[in-house]
Amino acid sequence: MTQITDLGVAALRDGIRTGEFSAREVADAFIVRVSQARQLNAFIVETPEHAIAAAREADAARAAGETLKPLAGVPIGMKDLFCTKGVQTTAASHMLEGFKPEYESTVSQKLWDAGAGMLGKLNLDQFAMGSSNETSYFGNVISPWRRQDGGNAPLAPGGSSGGSSSAISARLCPAATGTDTGGSIRQPAAFTGIAGIKPTYGRCSRWGVVAFASSLDQAGPMARDVRDCAIMLEAMAGFDAKDATSLQLDVPKWEQGLNPDLRGKKVGIPKEYRVDAMPGEIEALWQQGIDWLKDAGAEIVEVSLPHTKYALPAYYIIAPAEASSNLARYDGVRYGMRELPEGANLQEMYAATRAAGFGPEVQRRILIGTYVLSAGFYDAYYTQAQKVRTLIARDFERAWLDCDLLLTPTAPSAAFALGEKSADPLAMYLNDVFTVPSSLAGIPAMSVPGGLDKDGLPLGLQIIGKPLDEQGVLNASLAIEQRAGFTARPGQWW
Amino acid sequence: MSEFRIKGATGEWEVVIGLEVHAQVTSNAKLFSGAATAFGAEPNTQVSLVDAAMPGMLPVPNRECIRQAVRTGMAIEAKINKGSRFDRKNYFYADLPQGYQISQLYHPLVGEGTIEIEVEGETKTIGVERIHVEQDAGKLMHDQHPTRSYVDLNRSGVALMEIVSKPDMRSPAEAGAYLSKLRSILRYVGSCDGNMDQGSMRADVNVSVRRPGEPFGTRTETKNVNSVRFVMQTVEIEALRQIDVIESGGTIVQETRLFDPDKGETRSMRSKEDAHDYRYFPDPDLLPLELDDAFLDECRASLPELPDAKRARYLSLGVTPYNAAVLTAEVEAARYFDALLEAGAKAPAAANWVTSELFGALNRLGRDIEDSPVSATQAAQLLGLVAEGTLSNTLAKQVFEIMLETGDDPAKIVEERGLKQTSDTGAIEAEIAKVLDANADKVAEYRSGKDKLFGFFVGQTMKAMAGKANPGVVNELLKKALDGG
Amino acid sequence: MSVDTATVKKVASLARIAITDADAERLAPELNNILGWIEQLGEVDTASVEPMTAVIPNKLRLRDDVVNDGDIREAVLANAPAGEHGFFTVPKVIE
Ligand SMILES: [Mg+2]
Ligand SMILES: [Zn+2]
Repeated sequence: MTQITDLGVAALRDGIRTGEFSAREVADAFIVRVSQARQLNAFIVETPEHAIAAAREADAARAAGETLKPLAGVPIGMKDLFCTKGVQTTAASHMLEGFKPEYESTVSQKLWDAGAGMLGKLNLDQFAMGSSNETSYFGNVISPWRRQDGGNAPLAPGGSSGGSSSAISARLCPAATGTDTGGSIRQPAAFTGIAGIKPTYGRCSRWGVVAFASSLDQAGPMARDVRDCAIMLEAMAGFDAKDATSLQLDVPKWEQGLNPDLRGKKVGIPKEYRVDAMPGEIEALWQQGIDWLKDAGAEIVEVSLPHTKYALPAYYIIAPAEASSNLARYDGVRYGMRELPEGANLQEMYAATRAAGFGPEVQRRILIGTYVLSAGFYDAYYTQAQKVRTLIARDFERAWLDCDLLLTPTAPSAAFALGEKSADPLAMYLNDVFTVPSSLAGIPAMSVPGGLDKDGLPLGLQIIGKPLDEQGVLNASLAIEQRAGFTARPGQWW
Repeated sequence: MSEFRIKGATGEWEVVIGLEVHAQVTSNAKLFSGAATAFGAEPNTQVSLVDAAMPGMLPVPNRECIRQAVRTGMAIEAKINKGSRFDRKNYFYADLPQGYQISQLYHPLVGEGTIEIEVEGETKTIGVERIHVEQDAGKLMHDQHPTRSYVDLNRSGVALMEIVSKPDMRSPAEAGAYLSKLRSILRYVGSCDGNMDQGSMRADVNVSVRRPGEPFGTRTETKNVNSVRFVMQTVEIEALRQIDVIESGGTIVQETRLFDPDKGETRSMRSKEDAHDYRYFPDPDLLPLELDDAFLDECRASLPELPDAKRARYLSLGVTPYNAAVLTAEVEAARYFDALLEAGAKAPAAANWVTSELFGALNRLGRDIEDSPVSATQAAQLLGLVAEGTLSNTLAKQVFEIMLETGDDPAKIVEERGLKQTSDTGAIEAEIAKVLDANADKVAEYRSGKDKLFGFFVGQTMKAMAGKANPGVVNELLKKALDGG
Repeated sequence: MSVDTATVKKVASLARIAITDADAERLAPELNNILGWIEQLGEVDTASVEPMTAVIPNKLRLRDDVVNDGDIREAVLANAPAGEHGFFTVPKVIE
């Protein structure tokens, strides 16, 4: 018999609606499972009472014969970058340890309004800066996956939404929120054999989400399959007057619109994504993806995105520049930690607080960002990067003349071992090579599991779409999902 | 314009002045949050989570603040930029919760404009470089505690216009005139209350000196000077200091200074020295600001008549240049005067009455014209009674005093107290006859050529009539009685 | 462009992050490595290209001038590491 915790969002939602099980049973099952998986370090804070409260409400509504909310009684995980009222919100930083916001982020509020409950706050790379979840002040998140080579090297769940990816693939929660600045939803999804979508910039409100790089940050869902992502995204997206970059558009019925028939669709294969030293297995999976999409009726065309190789360096100017400014507010005055050495003046207090509160990767990015914005360098770095960004966006616009969607690998490798890349920041940055261009262009992109590598680790395929065409992205992803038949799951070793 | 020169030990110097004026935009809510802007609230009560820069908080601009800055730009005939952007100015200070000020560096809302000033009867045009919109900082208090400063964020995020002049001023008087004129324009437009005591307007005073005809010298910026008089003092003191430095072989350092009115000096502000690399970049939380024609049209249509136009109109109505200047200096006086004209008062007489009688009375009572006890409508009635001959000037003064006390309409006062002036020739002739009888000796003197005594007879007659006789009629009848009789 | 330890210290000071000499020694080659890689952007001809301002075509919305926030002093001060009498407090500043 299937366990409740093996079910996804749609199955849980439907089961609660039909009375197959109660929402309380669902909440309890996941709460127990979360409590048994602390070795993974996926959660910074567990909030069983929150999940139970939502479950009670769902059960009461059902008992009263009311129409259930879209996510009634579905317990989820919340990346600890979303401010949650009265619940510690840290961005995985020492800086915010103990910080309890007096407000609820728009996205999390929308999820609660849709009836979801919260199992806890999920670990992440500190201030969402990282691709392996090794920069959290609260310790590394460990992927539930293990290589089938007999070694037990703990693997990275990807980052920055590594707590989310680890928790979902370990069945600690059916779905979770993620945020994606340069690939932080898609890369961890690929590393852990789950699905995740970064919607069009502006679909999900950024209000109440701890900012990393404002022009890039987008919230999105992570779940085990495409349908669950669609359901979650419908609840998370929507106009918010409190975010000046929020898109004033109705939320499409993405779940209802799911359709894996790709006849009449053209899918572009960007030749510049065939990077040097890409493992053969990833190359092969990409080809497999092409065949699956053909099988679903799509026409495959080769396209060119000539500025692709400049996306990463542009990103590593723009994101740190914005971050250096966004993180200036962490100064030990109004919230968060304060380090006040004996006799220190105000400016010394700032410097001591920020040295003690920010981890090394955050400090590194703040320094890079400060440097590229400083007098004399601004035009050469920042302005040039924003111009290159224009060219990258133009590349995509040109591609849309020839195709409707793009297919690429999600990441240039499968999950690596913790510690394997953390000594070399640049090597770590290169992990985002396939996800960053669509982030810079603000367009929707999704990772779905495609298969396993020779070590038995998941590999992801990425579908990139036109602005606002989340439906097209979800549909192509669904077509892949159906053909990939990805059922592998990590063994429960914890 | 006569050239202002400072005599140094080694010859004459010219002073070059530019002002950056920070004017608080009149609005209910802050520039990027819904918190209130009112002055004098309890600490940290007018602070939203956005103003406190809580994690994840985002700015959303207030339309009214943009509108007021645009209207201000239009009032100085400046170029309004339909596309502008907000930039972040990054620095660390306890009054700046975000660690950056949202301002506009690269693409300000308003471009070049001009302001006309008048000094010693001569007019001069001062260029305005730009007006941009930005956030105010919070307030630090240092005197409450021996080892701590207190932080109040009530002002944090209040909208400011920064109005940057060109270095077109050449004397303390010009700087003062510019600031006064700017303040007057802002108050006419309604974009700033101009209340310098409450910090609604502060000027950063840029001063340099040079030998006449030479290129600009190095300038210093004296921050947050908060009155017209202090601006003039700052210019003077700072120019003298610079001349002294140069003449004793030193050089001027470009720096930020502070004006100390008690000591009558400016001094270097060490606390700001480190903050010179502001790392400006476009605020990624805010999209470019684009204004459409409908918005601009509304801004333009809502502009009132401005001081220069108003003054020209008053002059054309026969108001003296002095009165026209006095009446247009403060928008409230002009509003009162316009209301008087609207109610039918004749311009020159009304102007005289406002600048002498009304201003005198308000001064005495310590009241502002906007809460004058006598409304413009009542004043127009009073002036009407004078014009039609019902009241003499003397009687009008009496009636006005009663109006100030009671708030009653003049007609009612005249009616109730019988203060009506009479032109009844019979009654006046009877009194004249009595006066001439009683002063036969003076009548003789007059008739033998001592013309000056005519005033005496007028005074006696008016006294006998208890001030109620129409002076014109008295004059005429007296002439007849003395000369013609 | 090569970043030396003095530059690292200057940048760290601008960013208000206290670093030791040893930190600066360690960071200089690290930052150089990253910045050196970033500098390949200089190859791109962007002479006629506008820098990106908005990723998705969207107009800046303006708010009405309504007071609908503030008056929440307790919430504003709730997480403050130091404060008294309704103020945040910081080490005394000499202006
Ligand atoms: Mg200034
Ligand atoms: Zn300013």
